[in-house]
Amino acid sequence: MAASPVFLNLDLLALSPPGWGGVLLTGFAASLQLAVGGFGLGLLIGIGGAFGKLYGGPILRDLLEVYTTVIRAVPELVLILLLYYAGTDAVNSLLMLAGLPRVDISGLAAGIFVIGVVQGAYSTEVLRGAIKAIPPGQIEAARAYGMSPFKTLRRITLPAMLPYAIPGLSNLWLIATKDTALLAVVGFSELTLVTRQAAGATKAYMLFYCAAGVLYLTLTLVSNRVIGHIERRARRGIAGPM
Amino acid sequence: MSDTKVTMPAYVPPPPRRLLEPHRIFLIALFGAIVFCAVWFLRWDWLEKYQWKLIHGIWETLFLLFSTAAAGFVLAVLLGLVQVTGPRPLAMLARGFCTLIRGTPLLLQLWLLYYGLGSVFAQYPEIRQSMFWPYLRQAWPYGFTALMLSFAAYEGEVMRGAFAGVPRGELEAARAFGMGRFTMFRRIWLPRAFYRALPTLSGETVLQLKSTPLVATITVVDVYAIISRVRQDTYLTYEPLLLLALIYMCLTGILVLLFRFLENRIPSRGA
Amino acid sequence: MKHILKTTLAAAALATTAFTGALAEEVKVGIAAEPYPPFTSPDSSGKWVGWEIEFMDAICAEAKLDCVVTPVAWDGIIPALTSGKIDMIIGSMSITEERLKTIDFSDKYYNTPTGIIGAKGDDFEATPEGLSGKIIGVQVSTIHADYAEKHFGDVAAEIKQYQTQDEANQDLAAGRVDAVQADAIALDAFLKSEGGDCCELKGNVEDDQAILGAGVGVGLRKDDTELKDKLNAAIKAIRDNGTYESFSEKYFDFDIYGS
Repeated sequence: MAASPVFLNLDLLALSPPGWGGVLLTGFAASLQLAVGGFGLGLLIGIGGAFGKLYGGPILRDLLEVYTTVIRAVPELVLILLLYYAGTDAVNSLLMLAGLPRVDISGLAAGIFVIGVVQGAYSTEVLRGAIKAIPPGQIEAARAYGMSPFKTLRRITLPAMLPYAIPGLSNLWLIATKDTALLAVVGFSELTLVTRQAAGATKAYMLFYCAAGVLYLTLTLVSNRVIGHIERRARRGIAGPM
Repeated sequence: MSDTKVTMPAYVPPPPRRLLEPHRIFLIALFGAIVFCAVWFLRWDWLEKYQWKLIHGIWETLFLLFSTAAAGFVLAVLLGLVQVTGPRPLAMLARGFCTLIRGTPLLLQLWLLYYGLGSVFAQYPEIRQSMFWPYLRQAWPYGFTALMLSFAAYEGEVMRGAFAGVPRGELEAARAFGMGRFTMFRRIWLPRAFYRALPTLSGETVLQLKSTPLVATITVVDVYAIISRVRQDTYLTYEPLLLLALIYMCLTGILVLLFRFLENRIPSRGA
Repeated sequence: MKHILKTTLAAAALATTAFTGALAEEVKVGIAAEPYPPFTSPDSSGKWVGWEIEFMDAICAEAKLDCVVTPVAWDGIIPALTSGKIDMIIGSMSITEERLKTIDFSDKYYNTPTGIIGAKGDDFEATPEGLSGKIIGVQVSTIHADYAEKHFGDVAAEIKQYQTQDEANQDLAAGRVDAVQADAIALDAFLKSEGGDCCELKGNVEDDQAILGAGVGVGLRKDDTELKDKLNAAIKAIRDNGTYESFSEKYFDFDIYGS
């Protein structure tokens, strides 16, 4: 059978059409978009959730607790299926109730939403821990200076919690990049799905899966370098048993 | 989630709350109403037809979870140990393995093993005629391997820290008592490292449970695969998935309680 | 602090709505995201090609619709249609009683027999007797999966369900299943492709109208009668004016419309 020479046939990875390299890179770009968008949305949800859990009313706190517990207990794959179908359905039903026309939610938007909701639960916990780690005196001092709550958030709370939050958040970023692969299951053309399509079309399974693995691994390694850099910057001026 | 080792200044907690406050009763009532609506308005008539398959699927999921976690943990101990004490090339190799597995999606690894490696195996008549072929042509060995390697890589990283973190003095004391290297490892180093790693084990096992449905994509029939069947047979979207989420929530809850019970059984003062 | 909370939540909500795309104007045609040659498969530039893509272009031109190809995972394609993510399915979907309970179909646009393939040198026939003790691969939620469950379920060693036809074929080549049941044309395309030389057609299965249905139609939402009428007219028109034949010739040496 012809498959073992095919493994060495690197022409299949060429960037322009007879090769599948371009398709793979497009898929990789889609994965990156998903990861960045999902992580960003997750961060926003996380900030809201962390503040809600720490300073919100009792009902809000309980609801957030339910949110983080449920999301962390159910497999991402199941959540993705549920949110991917139910999420868009719910938006459209709400719009219909309000008498508005249906909107078309693109796969990318739905994907970002799904990853964001999952990430939000984890980053809520990370950020809550980080905010709790800020010496309360710093926030009290800001208040004593007459800073408004929003200014306190922007100038004191967020920067001060950063060093505590970075290890957890960087972990989350790495999880986000890998969770994007799960959207292959709902037919979103990200790296893992296009890899499978390319592998299926050419029968060069090993070659394409290895190539995709290299892309993911590169992303992880580059992220690690960047995270290390950010971490060093954020820790400036902090004495500690590092 | 890795937590920082920075000494954390105190956060002033709100006064302790009781389980049943007025708003909670309201929330529970609301939740009950939602559950009632779900049961009443959605379609559940398929449950009866699939219940035995579902139970079988749950069993399959749990079997996969515990077997891969156990095998993965043994591998993780080796990986951690090699990284701490092993010769340099071996340590680098173990480290590289952990980075490789942790740096790529599990789904990709699974497909690489099943479709990639599987198709390579199939090309060699020697393998096809060997006594292993009846196993190699099935799907679960590939799912098992992928899940086990993933667990080993993540937990191996933890075990590395745990081995390195056992206080030198304890090991020196063991040596002073005249223990041989292996006895010291068996009686002091491994148990101490294990206690240190125990809190993470609970989290890792829950993560592992959440990874198991991926094997359904390579035709292993776990509880997720059964629910997919229901979805495809009935064209229902939400009902089966909601039930599936509930099943996983229960499993996670049971796991967490089990580990809490275990942790309480083992005295691990200051570990 | 309440104020901060509201601002962040509002920001999060805004971000969520900002991601929702433009208002629907064109007709979104759902195809299975999994390659199904020669009907639909992506080429190396990522574009979808195949007989069904040409069929789609032809009827959309005929019915003056602005059709956009939207790949959806096969096992979620009916929910995607009912929830409005797509407006019609052109995915070699056979018209069956079971599916008609949930969605509607246009008139059929092709109809082909169902075949069974197996490895060369492994002699068996496409009958329950021939398949007893064999592992059969089928694509999930297809008429073939239902047929195999009903007719071979008791005798076969196992019936393995795959997400894509491609994977079932691949596992046949890899020796993990003994037989694959599918549309005869799709199987023929596999047998002629690279990697298909392992296997051969063992025969067509006996017809079972109730399961195998009355050909392949365009899947539609039940309330979408306007679109249905347009499509039926378009299918009839391209059959009559020769367009159907002209693009079919490139793929098949016989009329796949069936009797």
